[in-house]
Amino acid sequence: MTTPITSGAVSTVEHTIARKRSEGGGALIGYLPVGFPTLTDSIDAAVALVANGVDIIELGLPYSDPVMDGAVIQAATQQALANGFKLRHGFEAIRAITAQVDAPVLVMTYWNPVLQYGVERFADDLRAAGGAGLITPDLIPDEADDWMSASERTDLDRVFLAAPSSSDARLVQAIEASRGFVYTVSTMGTTGARAGVDAAARILVERLRGVGCTSACVGLGISTPEQVREILGYADGAIVGSALVKALTDGGVQAVARLALDLAAGANNIRPASAPR
Amino acid sequence: MSLRTQPGPYFGDFGGRFVPESLVAALDELTAEYELAKNDPAFAAALMTLHMNYSGRPSIITEVPRFAEYAGGARIILKREDLNHTGSHKINNALGQALLTQRIGKTRVIAETGAGQHGVATATVAALFGLECVVYMGEVDTERQALNVARMRLLGAEVVPVKTGSRTLKDAINDAMRDWVSNVDTTNYIFGTVAGPHPFPAMVRDFQKIIGEEARKQVLDLTGSLPDAVTACVGGGSNAMGIFDAFLDDPDVALFGYEAAGDGVETPRHAATITKGRPGVLHGARSMLLQDEDGQTVDSHSISAGLDYPGVGPEHAWLASIGRATYLPITDDEAMSALRLLSRTEGIIPAIESSHALAGTLELGRALGPEATILVNLSGRGDKDMETAGRYFDLLDEGAEQS
Repeated sequence: MTTPITSGAVSTVEHTIARKRSEGGGALIGYLPVGFPTLTDSIDAAVALVANGVDIIELGLPYSDPVMDGAVIQAATQQALANGFKLRHGFEAIRAITAQVDAPVLVMTYWNPVLQYGVERFADDLRAAGGAGLITPDLIPDEADDWMSASERTDLDRVFLAAPSSSDARLVQAIEASRGFVYTVSTMGTTGARAGVDAAARILVERLRGVGCTSACVGLGISTPEQVREILGYADGAIVGSALVKALTDGGVQAVARLALDLAAGANNIRPASAPR
Repeated sequence: MSLRTQPGPYFGDFGGRFVPESLVAALDELTAEYELAKNDPAFAAALMTLHMNYSGRPSIITEVPRFAEYAGGARIILKREDLNHTGSHKINNALGQALLTQRIGKTRVIAETGAGQHGVATATVAALFGLECVVYMGEVDTERQALNVARMRLLGAEVVPVKTGSRTLKDAINDAMRDWVSNVDTTNYIFGTVAGPHPFPAMVRDFQKIIGEEARKQVLDLTGSLPDAVTACVGGGSNAMGIFDAFLDDPDVALFGYEAAGDGVETPRHAATITKGRPGVLHGARSMLLQDEDGQTVDSHSISAGLDYPGVGPEHAWLASIGRATYLPITDDEAMSALRLLSRTEGIIPAIESSHALAGTLELGRALGPEATILVNLSGRGDKDMETAGRYFDLLDEGAEQS
């Protein structure tokens, strides 16, 4: 039942990011929660993201106590839970999305659902469904031994977070533990659109580069093509979440598709194409 | 090996730090500063001065023979944390963490509260130390503990009613954590119980263990021997850890924690985390937890806002796992009838939270018999609960008349 070890294979997420960089842009990563407003709509919306230029999907699993999320994502995930979201719907959604589009699908989840499902079993089922790995907002590398070994065995990506408040030693730890990219938290806060992206994001990416990071994607507060363009001037990827969820809330799949197209315009042709870094 | 003063972050398989990376620096700073403070005689002296001259320590013990008649004649002694300034044990911890906040140099404090007792204690120390104070409280709790909301506001704190999730203590903790992530430069989180990420479980226990240290000596002075059992109610578990800690290395002293069983542990409406939960991660620590098969937190229910929490401190989960302490469920009805019994037999109105410990003690006394001595932590007074108690007993009396 276990997936054979394929150690040494290149992460499709890293590969996608490197390709976008070599083409003169950067990766656009779009977040949507599974099951909002319905399971079908969330699948269609994720497919629409990719069809309109999003490079990597971050699929959120709704959780009862999402401490890293602001009001927009809280409301959406609470509704998904009220509608009866179960973890198996997450795997169904990954299957349905990866059957239709080629983009890597990372799953964003708080830790307790994975723990209850069983870390090894979760890794096997995620791999079998076609998922690329996990983004774990409340799991720091210090507590991640089980996930490190399960993801090694199944060749899944591990995206840990780096924050403006992280010490240099912790940045090194995040880089060494991560596979795919390091989730660079743009500002001290929770998810949600902000008028300006904090200068802290640029400083943090520079600090990460200084200690050897080759794949840093910036998230939190990013909502416009201009912000995407600004961030991709110095980072490898830009992550948009709440703005997409709000578009889905207000205008359905069509509105998400339109916003994705706008955002993607900000992610391309930032500098001349070059050899992959 | 001593079971006392476990330093964390782990208590057996429980504890740890399951938090966003953004909070790690603040938790590291708090841990480092607390380690320094713990070994600084000036810090201990400043805290003791506040205990003696501000909150009224040592709290007394009171033997309650008329109440004990209903407990099989066992000797029952109450540790009177209800007599502390602000009305509960919560002030012990709030004073300690406020001193620590001052040491770190932060000017704003936040807190979560369920029954409002920790919120009131935090608002009180914020007033005393001149700190800006914001208290997160579930909207359901702001309604059932309206008196404490007024107290906090009078003390100058901002009270934020939390409208997400189940709108109770667990959601108040979520919002306090979100505030902390956003304002960690200026803000210290004065956490109210022995749960949460390291260093909170060990630190809050250390600030509360004075309860048991005093009581152990007081009971020895009164009776010439250690009690046969020590009892306390358990929500997050700070008053219970506070009175248990001093007795952990006394193998002949049995420890009993009473959890809120709400409508009964056989129903879905309870908060009996250790009795009915499974290991999991919530609010930064691995502990016991009420959850569904997907790891989603299940809403808890209790007539007592202070025990209405689906988690519990990791040290309790550990003490349960090694069999050092026993955790048993007490229903709303059992707690309310113990509340009325202590009021009528001894002239002491206990908090509904503490009434769970009293109800458990009635049963325990009958089991242990008249030779036994039981020390009960009376963690808070019932003034805040008069609206709930009034409604509960009026309904009951009306029903009784009709039947």
